[in-house]
Amino acid sequence: MTVYRPIAISAVFLFLFAVIGAGLVAFTFDSTAEKIADNERRALLKSLNELVPEQRYDNDIFNDVVYVRNSELLGTSEPVPVYRARKNGWPVAAVLAPVAPDGYSGAIRLLVAINVDATLAGVRVVQHRETPGLGDAIEAERSNWILSFNGRSLSNPPAERWKVKRDSGAFDQFTGATITPRAVVKAVKEALLYFQRHSQELFEQEPSPPTQP
Amino acid sequence: MNSYPNIIRDGLWHNNVGLVQLLGLCPLLAVTGTFINGLGLGLATLLTLVASNVTVSLIRSLVRPEVRIPVFVLVIASIVTIIELSMSAFFHELYKVLGIFIPLIVTNCSIIGRAEAFASKNTVGRALTDGLSMGLGFTLVLVALGSLREIIGHGTLFSQAHLMFGEAARSMTIVLVEDYSGFLLAILPPGAFIGLGLLIAMKNLIDKRLQGKAAEKLATADVAQAA
Repeated sequence: MTVYRPIAISAVFLFLFAVIGAGLVAFTFDSTAEKIADNERRALLKSLNELVPEQRYDNDIFNDVVYVRNSELLGTSEPVPVYRARKNGWPVAAVLAPVAPDGYSGAIRLLVAINVDATLAGVRVVQHRETPGLGDAIEAERSNWILSFNGRSLSNPPAERWKVKRDSGAFDQFTGATITPRAVVKAVKEALLYFQRHSQELFEQEPSPPTQP
Repeated sequence: MNSYPNIIRDGLWHNNVGLVQLLGLCPLLAVTGTFINGLGLGLATLLTLVASNVTVSLIRSLVRPEVRIPVFVLVIASIVTIIELSMSAFFHELYKVLGIFIPLIVTNCSIIGRAEAFASKNTVGRALTDGLSMGLGFTLVLVALGSLREIIGHGTLFSQAHLMFGEAARSMTIVLVEDYSGFLLAILPPGAFIGLGLLIAMKNLIDKRLQGKAAEKLATADVAQAA
């Protein structure tokens, strides 16, 4: 019996510590969860508003969202959120969050805002791991390249020119980095294609709350 | 041996986590692209070190030696998770930049190293001092390496300061070279290794100089005594 005593004490002690540790973490999680969700909401709203300015819509764009799946055109098998901007109940624009799966170092996450007339309201890069100093020129803070999508559509330039210049397309590439802009151009084009095929149902579907993708 | 000035000197210089113990290299090399990133991770590590050192020192008489390591791991993991959640709540932008490196503080060997080698054998006051000076020493290295790489790589200093200090700090950015095209090597991981190597070399050089001077002083003192 005496052999087991210290082991039992150690075990109980360890157990107590696990309980205290987990309790503290749970308490912190509980008291910060709201603030964190609010931060995330704010950050997303900020980037949505950069693409679709607040004056253009009057609905709760953050909660007017549907999740769609299309691994062929949206670059991921995960559900992709589509935020819908409306004014007086009329569709204004949809903001899709597709993925460019073929970046130089992995997937590039995008926000693509498409006006209801199928022209681009704008594109932003949300997350990427492209080479700093070369591929990261796709970020709006680093260069104006991403703004060259503004106002474009599948007929401007024509669909076969939706490529970087090196592939005899209409979009600039960067010195020393062709793969990154190529991936982004392709993803934006495919998002436009998706929108073209599904625009009606995109605006008609009932919103699904963001907590249940 | 363990006087307070000694503890501080050890942490900041003689036994510096980054330059001498070479612990926590993963975050050290990965995050130091800019001054602000270095400072952010440095402060988070400092906070973790202080909190874990104090906690470990407080419970040092309770912990049985057989289970001390799991207990330390539990303590550190809880503290880091709490810091991560608080950062996400209060410095959300910076949290997004530092991303995965915050949870990685758990694996920073310097923290469990200090818990095991120092805090579990010393009073709370000493453990606190040790945590503070070790953390500060690590932060200084992160900041030095971050500034070095930012200056050489981007030609700026304090860019993106608003992530940490709010919108008012946006103007803090100093552009050292206008229209600088950037030096890619400094930004990429190899630049971090080279930069850290230079910092270590510099520390060793300074140490050698100081030693030389001390020896010289001793020698002149001897001569003076002999005369």
